[in-house]
Amino acid sequence: MAGVGSACLTIGLLTALYAAGASIYGAVGGRREWVDSGRRAIYCLAALCVVAFAILEAAFLRSDFSFALVAEGSSTDTPTFYKVTALWATQDGSLLLWATLLGLFSSAVLFLTRRSLRDIAPWAAAVLGGVAAFFLFLMVGFENPFNTLAVAPAEGAGLNPLLRHPAMMIHPPMLYTGYVGFSIPFAFAVGALVTRRTGADWIRATRRFALVAWTFLGTGIMLGALWSYTELGWGGYWAWDPVENASLMPWLVGTAFIHSIMVQEKRGMLKIWNVSLVCATFVLALLGTFLVRSGILESIHAFGASTIGVQFLVFICAVIALSVGLILARLPHLRSEAKLDSLVSREAFFLLNNLVLVGLCLVILWGTFFPLISEALTGREASVGPPWFNRLTTPLALVLVLLSGIGPVLAWRRVTPGALRRILLAPLGFTAVTLAVLLALTDAAQSPLSLLMFCLVAFVLAVVGQEFWRGASARRTITGEAWPRALARLTGRNRRRYGGYLVHAGIAVLFLGVAGSSAFLEQRDVRLAPGESFEIDGYRVTYREPTAALGGDDSGTGAPISFGAVLDVRKGDERFTLRPSRNFYSSGDPSLGTISRFFEGEATSEVDVRWGLRKDLWLAVRPDIASLERPIAEADAKFADSPGEVQALILAALAERYRADPPPAVFRAIASPLVAWIWIGGAIAVLGALVAMWPVPEARLRRVRALYSARLGKELSRA
Amino acid sequence: MEYALALFVLAALVALAVAAPLRGRGEEESLESRRIEELGAAKEAKYREIRDAELDHRMGKLSAADWRGLDRELRDEAIEILRELDRLEGRSPGER
Repeated sequence: MAGVGSACLTIGLLTALYAAGASIYGAVGGRREWVDSGRRAIYCLAALCVVAFAILEAAFLRSDFSFALVAEGSSTDTPTFYKVTALWATQDGSLLLWATLLGLFSSAVLFLTRRSLRDIAPWAAAVLGGVAAFFLFLMVGFENPFNTLAVAPAEGAGLNPLLRHPAMMIHPPMLYTGYVGFSIPFAFAVGALVTRRTGADWIRATRRFALVAWTFLGTGIMLGALWSYTELGWGGYWAWDPVENASLMPWLVGTAFIHSIMVQEKRGMLKIWNVSLVCATFVLALLGTFLVRSGILESIHAFGASTIGVQFLVFICAVIALSVGLILARLPHLRSEAKLDSLVSREAFFLLNNLVLVGLCLVILWGTFFPLISEALTGREASVGPPWFNRLTTPLALVLVLLSGIGPVLAWRRVTPGALRRILLAPLGFTAVTLAVLLALTDAAQSPLSLLMFCLVAFVLAVVGQEFWRGASARRTITGEAWPRALARLTGRNRRRYGGYLVHAGIAVLFLGVAGSSAFLEQRDVRLAPGESFEIDGYRVTYREPTAALGGDDSGTGAPISFGAVLDVRKGDERFTLRPSRNFYSSGDPSLGTISRFFEGEATSEVDVRWGLRKDLWLAVRPDIASLERPIAEADAKFADSPGEVQALILAALAERYRADPPPAVFRAIASPLVAWIWIGGAIAVLGALVAMWPVPEARLRRVRALYSARLGKELSRA
Repeated sequence: MEYALALFVLAALVALAVAAPLRGRGEEESLESRRIEELGAAKEAKYREIRDAELDHRMGKLSAADWRGLDRELRDEAIEILRELDRLEGRSPGER
C-alpha cells in the first residue's frame, strides 16, 4: 500500500497546483466553470490526503515495519492507543497531518462560500491550493512518509516514551488544527486584497473559522501545559521553551485579530491592522511548525532536527513578501470608513487590547529568537531564561486582564461618564472587598504582583457576572421569564457577546491559577530511605515502600520495567497515598548487553498528583538503580543472547532485589496552590468559545430577519 | 508497479472530477448580483448593530439620549441599504 500512499501525495501535489492555477484563471477571466473546477480540485485534494493518512495509520496499527516511518516511530509492544498517535510524532507524519487538515478545512470553507464571495473565494482557493502544494512538495520531494525499507526489521524502534501520554495524543492535532485553521482567514484576506473588496465580507465568511482555529490552538497549548506538568518531571506547566512559545505567539496575535475584526465589522475601521494581523498570525503559525521541525532552536519538544528547515524558511519569507506587498499595494482601499468617536468606547479599548497582545507577542518573539540573534551579532549563542520572560510579560498580562474586564462594560462608539460610573461601581466595589479579604485572611500581600492579579481577576469576574445579571434582568423586564430561562435565552440570542464574556471569565480564572501557583509554590528535593519522612507545606510525607513492576506500568505506556515508591501523606485529619514511579524503556542499541539494554534507553517520570482546588501536591521519584549495576553486568555476561522468557525471569529477579533491599530514592515534592484553576479556566474559555461560534439556528435567524425587515420596511415607506 | 498503477487510477479519477464543471457552460454573473449579495451581508450586519445598541441601552451602558441618536443613525443607514436593495431587485418599499 506504500505505493498507493505515494501516488496519493504525487497526485495531491498536482491537484493542489491545478486548484491554484484553475482558480486564478477563472477569477481573472471571469470563467465560473474554471473556478468551480478549482474548488473541486480542493475537494479531491482533501480526499487524496485522507486516503494517504488512512493508509499510513493502518500501517502503524498493524506494525508494518516495511514502512520506514513505522519502523522508526512504533513497535509491536507500543500500546494501540499510542500506535495511532505515533503517526504525528514523526516529522513526515506531521506534515501529512498538516496537509490533510488543510485539505479538509479548505474544502469546508469553499463549500460554504460556493454561492457567495464570488470574487474573493477563487483567490482564497488559489492561496489554499498553494499552501497545500508546499506541504505536499515537502513530502514528495524530501520527507516522504511512504518510504519503504528493502528489508523490514522484525521490531521497530518504538514511540518516544516522553510522548506516551494521553494529552500528547491530542496536543499535536489540536495545535495543527489551530495553525491550519488560521490559513482560512489568511487566504480570504489575500483574496480580499487582490480583488480590492476590503469590506467586512471576507471577515464575516471566515470569522467562525478563525474562532475554531483559536479554540483548537488554545486547547492544544493547554494540553501541552498539562503534559509538561504531569509528564516531564520538573513540576511546572510552562517553561518558556521555544516550541511552547511558538504555539503561544500565533494564539496571541489570533486573539488580537478576533477582537479587532469586530471593529471592522461594526465600524469599518482598522482594515490595515486586520489584514496585517491575519497575515502575521498565519506566518507565526508556519513559524510554529518550522520551529518544531527545523531543530534550529534547542527545545525539549523539538523531536529531531530535519532536512526541511531551508524550504520552510523560504516559504515563510515568500508569504511575508506576498502579504506586505499586497497590503502596501492596496493601502488606498484599506482606509477606515469611520473615525474613533471617543477614547472611552469599546473600539478604543479593543485597539488597546490589540496593542498589548501584539506587544506580548513581540516580547516572546524576541526572547525566543534571542539565541539566534546573539549568535549572529556576537558569534556566541546566549539565551534568555524564564525570569526574563516573566519580568517582561507579567506587567503586560496584568494590563491585558484589566482590559478584558473593562472592554465588556463599554458600548460601541461612546460611553458617557455617568454611565461608566454606574456600570463600574459594583465591580469596583467587589474588587475592593476581595482586596480587603485577601489582605485580612491570606498572605497574598507577600507577592504584590500576584495580589494585583487576584484583584483584577475579581474585577473581571464581577464585570462578567454583572453583564449576565443586567442582561437577564433587562430580558425579564420585557418577557417576565424566570431567571434561568432568561439567562439561557439571553445567551442563546447573543452568542457572540456572551460566549465572549465567558472566554474572558475563563482567561481571568486561568490567570488566577498562574498567579497563585507561580508566587506561592513550595518545592523540596529530598533523598529518603523507606520509613523516612519529610514535611512540605504542612504535609508529612513518609516513604512507605518501593515498587517494581514488570511489563505493565500503571500509566499503560508499555514500559517494560518501572520502579517507584508508595508514600503516605498526612495533614491533620487528611490522609492519602501517592505512587510516583519512573519508567525504563529498552534501548535499541545492539552494542548493549541483553539485560542492560532494558535500563539504558529513555526513562520517564510518572508523577503522582493529589489534585485540589486550593492546592496540588505533586510528587516525582528518581529511584537509585546504581545498586543493580553489578548484577545487571553479571547477567549480561552470563545470559547473552538468552531467550525472552529467561530475560523476563532475570528482570523479575532484579525487581525483587530492588524491592527487598531498596536504596534511598530521590523525591521532588511540590505544593502548588491554585494550579487546578488553570485547567478549569481553560475549560471555561473553551466553553465560551463554543458558545460564541455555535451557529444561530436558521429558522430563528429568518424570524429575526423578518421582524427587522418589517420594522425597517415601515420606516422606509414613511421616509 | 503498484505506484504506477495507483498514479494512473488516481489521476484519472481526479481528472474526471475536476473536469466536470468545464464540460457545462459557465454561468454568467452580473455585477448587480454581486452587489445584491454584498448588500444582503451589510443589511445583516446593520441589524446586528441595531440589536446590540438596544441591548446596551437596556443594560444601562448607553443613556436614552445616546441610544436614540445612535439608533436613528443606524436605522438611517439600514434604510439606505434596503433602499438600494429594492432598487437593484426592482421592488417598491411596500413589497418588502
